[in-house]
Formats: sequence, structure tokens, C-alpha cells
Amino acid sequence: MNAPLRKAGVVILVLFGLLFANLNWVQGYKADDYRTSDYNGRVRVAEYQVPRGVIEVGGQGLAINKATEGTLKFLRVYPEKKLYAPIIGYKPVNIAEVGIERSENEFLSGASDKLFADRVSAMFTGDNAGGGNVVLSVKPKAQETAYKQVTNNERGAKKGSAVAIDPSTGAVQAMVSFPTFDPNPLVSHDTEAAAAEYKKLNEDKDKPLLNRALSETYPPGSTFKVLVSAAALQEGYEKSTEIPAGSTYTAPGSGAPIKNSEAETCPGSKVTLEEALTDSCNTGFAQLGVELGRDKVMKTAQAWGFEQEDLTVGNLEGPGLPVAASHTGAMANPDGSTDQAALAQSSIGQKDVRMTTMQGALMAATVANGGRQMRPYLVQQLLSPDRRPIYNASPQTLRTPIDGDVASDLKDMMVSVVENGTGKAAQIDGFQVGGKTGTAQNAVGADDHGWFIGFAFNDKGEAVSAVCVMLENVPGGHASAEAARIAGLIMKAAAGRGGD
Amino acid sequence: MAIVALYGATVEANQFGEITPTFWVPAALLSVLFLGLHLVVRYVAPYADPVLIPAVALINGLGVGFLRRLDVAKSIADKDPVPGYFAGAGGRQLAWTLVAVVLAAILLLVVRDHKTVSRYAYTLGLVGIVLVMIPAVLPGSLSEVNGAKLWIKMGAFSIQPGEFAKLALVSFFAYYLVRKREVLSLASRRFLGIDFPRGRDLGPVVTVWLLSLLVLVFEKDLGTALLYFGLFVVTLYVATERASWLIIGLVMFFGGVYLAYLLGAAVGGPFANFYDRATVWLDPFASENYERVGGSYQLVQGLLGLGTGGLFGTGPGAGSPGFVPEVRNDFIFAGMGEEIGLFGLSALLICYLLIVERGLRTALAVRDSFGKLVAGGLAFTLGLQVFVILGGITGLIPLTGQTTPFLSAGGSSLMANWLLIAMLLRISDAARRPTTGGPAASPGVPKQPPAQLHGAMTEVIRP
Repeated sequence: MNAPLRKAGVVILVLFGLLFANLNWVQGYKADDYRTSDYNGRVRVAEYQVPRGVIEVGGQGLAINKATEGTLKFLRVYPEKKLYAPIIGYKPVNIAEVGIERSENEFLSGASDKLFADRVSAMFTGDNAGGGNVVLSVKPKAQETAYKQVTNNERGAKKGSAVAIDPSTGAVQAMVSFPTFDPNPLVSHDTEAAAAEYKKLNEDKDKPLLNRALSETYPPGSTFKVLVSAAALQEGYEKSTEIPAGSTYTAPGSGAPIKNSEAETCPGSKVTLEEALTDSCNTGFAQLGVELGRDKVMKTAQAWGFEQEDLTVGNLEGPGLPVAASHTGAMANPDGSTDQAALAQSSIGQKDVRMTTMQGALMAATVANGGRQMRPYLVQQLLSPDRRPIYNASPQTLRTPIDGDVASDLKDMMVSVVENGTGKAAQIDGFQVGGKTGTAQNAVGADDHGWFIGFAFNDKGEAVSAVCVMLENVPGGHASAEAARIAGLIMKAAAGRGGD
Repeated sequence: MAIVALYGATVEANQFGEITPTFWVPAALLSVLFLGLHLVVRYVAPYADPVLIPAVALINGLGVGFLRRLDVAKSIADKDPVPGYFAGAGGRQLAWTLVAVVLAAILLLVVRDHKTVSRYAYTLGLVGIVLVMIPAVLPGSLSEVNGAKLWIKMGAFSIQPGEFAKLALVSFFAYYLVRKREVLSLASRRFLGIDFPRGRDLGPVVTVWLLSLLVLVFEKDLGTALLYFGLFVVTLYVATERASWLIIGLVMFFGGVYLAYLLGAAVGGPFANFYDRATVWLDPFASENYERVGGSYQLVQGLLGLGTGGLFGTGPGAGSPGFVPEVRNDFIFAGMGEEIGLFGLSALLICYLLIVERGLRTALAVRDSFGKLVAGGLAFTLGLQVFVILGGITGLIPLTGQTTPFLSAGGSSLMANWLLIAMLLRISDAARRPTTGGPAASPGVPKQPPAQLHGAMTEVIRP
């Protein structure tokens, strides 16, 4: 019986050999895959072993940590709750992070190459201070004003967004989206409660999780006339050049005539370019657009940032919050020729033209900055755990769509809008304010969207802020007046004058 | 035991941030216990294999340490006081170890010659069947845990009678096969080039075996069914020295497995469980398998734990085995793997291999056929059990519920396996005892004929 016993012994040896080989495969070869697997909750635990970096503005922490007794040693806390939610986002335990928490995740968690030296020293001192800190460019007063004014707008609009940027640097001064959410329940260590809260927010028909300032596009209405004006000025038109107007205009080969918003708006057959913008003359710009041609209108829009798919707002040397592309639409017939009616409609910001709130703010900032469009950013500074500066934002020019002369003419025309025309509500004492209103029809039977893009110069002639305010479906007509009023208050706060 | 004490100390260092002055208590208790067993062995089985007890003690001790580490982690998380040395799963395991080792000692004291066991072979066979059947006939409330009907639950206690049935069935198989081996190996019909024995010779063995298998199918315990199958085929093979048994066994096994897989896919019902396990094994990381109830969640978490441990492990007490469900029972190896790494697990694996190969060596050395079959069967079953559960949790083979011998929490498993070790010790004592009846035997003294096995009239001694 010994021969079979010996063979049984060999079988056991082979079986154990297989076990050993497989164990090597699992713990050796596949170890890294398993260690970093999405299913691996240990990665999460490790992340919460050291405090995550703080996101702060003006010395105030917006995303901070609270020590807990649980397995996850630190709870992320957002003391300002809804106020900064669209910017900062959140860092939940079980689902992907969002906002600056996402784009600066490596730095905040301490895993970034930029913090390599800190990690090495922590290894020797045994004192792991955690991740690096992120300082935002936002001006708290401007942010608070924007949030308060947009959410409590006097016209009862239920959704909206606003962006304010420093025209000369691109630093974002304020960014709000309304309705919004409180990120705190989403980062609860009770992952089931957090998932339930996320599900509730995600299924909310008002979509509070969206960052409407960056990711949503809307018909820009008359704010688009700034671009058509720029195209005309570049073609040799002057502020005083007369363009055809009238109370109605029907484009070649189209059905519905284009009208002005009021009977008293540019009823005459001719109007200067400056007057057309000041009073937001629809018939004038529709005809101007047709006169300039589809290519000119589309190329101009692109030169100002339309159709850009890859813009992010965050760190100028790294990732950020993605900005949806604004579009002009094709304005073409099925055979590829210009659809004149569509071109006319598009020239007043209707038809298929879509724009983000950020793009509106960039347009105003470009005019205020003499034609140079600065790349917008949110991350002003990165600090190591011991608060050594690792990165300072150095402003970058994103594009230069117009020269200084055109910019200067456009600025004059937009100032005229606020001083004499449709944008009077945006005026601020002691500042020179320019802008353009927009009232955009969207769905049939729905209230119009109210837009305002604008800028403010202080008494030294420096551009202090450029803003875009967008209110969705404002009840009761004249939707843009409220947007203009709010824009004025935001710019005043950004300039350090008010908001208290 | 120094290793076990060191393990306990590291656990405390990692869990509390300090080593408490009493970290050595469980290790010391175990040391005293194993020393006691050693003394018993020295007294009643002086020639027993000296490797078995230390190897088993190491595994058992690490198991107690790891279970205690889980208790400590849980009490820290719940802010409860750290459990006493006999509280919690680790404490219970310590207590069960105590009971199991005492039982093993009693077995050694009572059974002075392993051949006496053969006298009760039919009784043992019947007892084995009854033990296996009890949970199947009991109502679910008294016998079901996690869908498998394997237990007898009495209040706070529950035992798994199937664990003990293993021992009884081995003895019965061994006895019967020894009696019939000549007939089995000689009187056979050749069919397709393979020798088949006559049905009436095999009858009782096949009946017992089929009954236990059927019962296990109803109890939904595939792992144990596989174990009994392997046990049966191997004892048969060793007794008859016919490779045909292996071929028949393997064909039946793989055929059965494939058939069950197909049936599970087609009709479900009692085979659905098997089909589920197979699909989960084939692709544990597929999200539909992972998210399904009863899917690959625990397999994946076990693998992730092993992967996280990597080569060196995170260190005892520094991992997060709490992510792995059933880490106290089936998945204890994955939980430990995270903390002691590939090297630690390899050492454990070698300990198991040592025990199994020592058992087989005992079977080779012992001179009576009954002893050979019992020792060989027990050692092989132990090895197979380690392979089935470890292969399952490392994704080598489909997962079947099994305890990891001497590691998993559970009194039945511990007691049964310690009794198994006691049997091996007893047989190894007989195997290594000098044939002349004492160490003083001098060469030239003629060897005494080996004692005849009781009732084995057809036995032919072939050393």
C-alpha cells in the first residue's frame, strides 16, 4: 500500500505547490492592482489616516477636517455649507470627489509630486502632517453678495448663476450656482446616508448638483450682440456707422419676422452701431449679422472662446473644473449654404447659440482688459502642509480676439448701455460701469432668461471686475434688469465697496 | 509559542499604540496547554512523531491571536472595554483549544492501540452517517447558518457534527477496505481496459459514502461533500493500489461538476448555488457578480486584502481585515494574509504541508493496513481541506465553504482536527515503535511477527 500512499503524498505536494504559486500571483504579481482597486475600501481608510489639506480663502477654511473616533480618522467639514459648494465640490467616502476637491485631490491628499520632499521628510520625522493646502482666488465679499443676490433675486427666478473675474488676471472673484446643495451630508462617514443624500440630490428635478456657471449653456440673447459689434468694428465699422434697423426685419428666405422688444426701440430705418447696442436693437443686429456673413460671425465667436471644449478653471498649471463649450450653431441649410434666417436669429443670440455664464464673464473681461482675454483660474496658491508656498498663480493670456482700439470702442459702447440704455440697473456710484443686457427666449411658453455681462472701472481707470449674471426663466418680463442690478452689486463688492 | 507571543505583542502595538503588560497571557496559557499535551504524549505515546504538536500548536496559536486581534479592533471601534482572555471570538477559540487539546489527550490515554478502533468500525460508520444526517433532518431554525444546514444549534452553542463524522467515516472505510482489499483488487471485471470490482464487495462502502454525499447536497455544503469524495477515492485507491479508482473518481468528479454547472445554468433549483459559485469564480471582478447578493463580494474583498498585504504584509494588527466578511471563519486566511503577507502565509502553508506529509509518512511507516489507511486518509483529507479552502479564497478553484483547520473560529472544527492529530500521534507512535518492543532491542534478535489485525482474516502483510 506504500506506493499509492507515496503518490498521494506527491498529489498533496502538487496541490500545495499550486496554492503557493497562486498565492504568489495574488500577493506578488496582482498586489498593486488589488491594492488600488476601486472595490478596496482600505484605500479609503488610508486616505483618512492623515488630515487632508485645507481649502481656504482669505485665511478662512472652506473645507476643513474634524478628528473623529471611527476607522476613518478625519471627517471633512464645509463650514460655509452651500456658499462655496459649486467651487469646492466635496470629497465623499465612497463615490468620486467633485470640484476643487477633485481637481486638487493629489495635492490635498499629499500624494502630489509637488509634495515629494515633504513626504520624504515626514518619513524620517514620523510626523505626517497630511496634505497640502489650497488657497482660492475668490473674494469672500463678492462671493457672499453674489450668492445672496442670486438666491434671493427680487423677481423670483428659481435658477441662476453668476461669475465674477478680475479682468486683468483672470482670477475668479465669485462663482455661484443656484439652487445649490450642502456638501456636508454627502461626505458623511455613514456611507449609506451619504449615498441616500446623493441620490436625493441627483434625482431632484432642479438639479442642485450642477454647476450652472460652468457646465450649462443657454441662449445668450442680446449679450451676443457684443460679439457681432466686435466683428463689425474689426470689419471697419465705427461706433457712429449707421446700420439698417426698423421695427421688423424678415431675413431672406425665412418665415418669422424679427422684432424689437419694445415698439419704441430703434423704429427708424437707420441707427448708429452705438445706439443699436445701447438700446439693444434686434432688427439692427440681425441685419448687421447677415451683412457681415455667417463666417465672420462664427469666426469672431470662436476667437472669443466659443467652441473651446477643453477649458478648465482651477490651477493654471494643472487640472481644474471643466467648462462646457459655448456654441454658435451651424446657421446652415441642409446643402451647406448659409441659412440667412438662422444667421439673423443667431446674430441676436437666439436660434442655436448657446453660452455658459463663464463665457459671458470672459467676454466682458476681454473688453475691460483692452482685448486680452486672461485664462480664468480659481487656485491662487498651493501651500505645503507647513504652509510653504509651492505654487503661485501667474496669470496667462488665453487669447487676444481684438486689438486695443476695438476694445476701447466696445468699452465705450457698453458703458453707453449702462449709462443711457437697457443696463441702467448695473450702475455703481464712483465706478464707470459698462455692460450688455440679454433677454433670451428659450422654450415655448416659458419665461425668458435674464442675462447681464459687464465690467467696472474704478476712479483710477483700472478694471476691477467683470461679471456675468444669468437668471433662468425670470417671471414677468424685462428679465435682464434684475440680472443687471445683481451684477452691479457683485462688482461693487468685488471692488471692496459693499457687500456688508 | 514565542512567535505567538510576539504576534500578540505586535497586534497590541499596532492596535493600541502600545504594548500592554499582559500581552503574553494567551500565549502563556497555550504554552502550558501544549506542554501538558506534550507530557501526555511522552507518557502514553513516547515514539509519536515529534513534529506534529509544535506545527499544529503554531497554527492554532496564531489563529487564537488573530481572532483576538479582531475582537480588540472591534472593541476599540465600538469603544467597548477590551474583552477578557476567554471572551470574544478569540477568547472562545482559546477555550475551545483547551477543550480540544484535553479531548486529544483523553483520546491518546484511552486508545492505547489504534487497532482497537477497528473493533468499533461498523458502529463508527453508523455514527458517522447519523452525525452527517442530524442537521439535514432538524428544522432550519436549529440547523441553518447562512443558508447551509450543517449545524446543531443549542442556545448559544452550535456544533458541526459533520466535522466529527469525517473521523468516524475514515475509520469505517479503512476497516472495511482492509477486510475486503484482496477481493476488491483481485475479483474484478475488466471493462474498457479498466478493472471494475464486483458490486457486492463495494456495496457497504458505496452506500455509506453515497448517503453522506446525498445528505451533504441537501445541506448545501459542497466543500465537505468534495472532501468526503476525495477521502473515499483516496482510501479506495490506497487500499486496492488500482489507479483505475483514481480515473473513475476523477471522471465522476469532473463530470459531476460540469453536469451540475450545466444544470445550474439551465434549471437552477438545487444546482443554482453551484452555478452561482462557478460564475463568481470565473469573473469575480465583474460588477454584476460583485453587486449581486451572494455574489463575489467576499471573494473580491479577500483577494483585495491579500493583494494589499503584498509580500511582507501590513504587520499584525495594522491591516483592515474587517473589510472581509466571514474573516473569522472561511476567510481567516485572507484576513491573516493582509497582515503577515506572502512570506507569512507561505510559512503557514509549509506548516500545513509538514503536518500532512508527516501524516502520510506515518502511514508509510506503520505496519498494519488499517493504520496505513486511517493515517493516510486522515492526512490526505487534512491536506485536501486546506487546499479546498485556500484555493477557494485565493481564486484558484471555486469557493466552497470550509473551515481552515486549526485557524478558523469554531469549536467543532478545532476539536475534530485535534482528535485527528491525536489519531495521527497514536498511529505514529505505533509506526516508530521499535519492532522488538523496546529501544534495547539488539540486531540479530529475530523480529516478532506483527500483531494480527482483529478480524482481518484476509490480511496479507506487505511491508
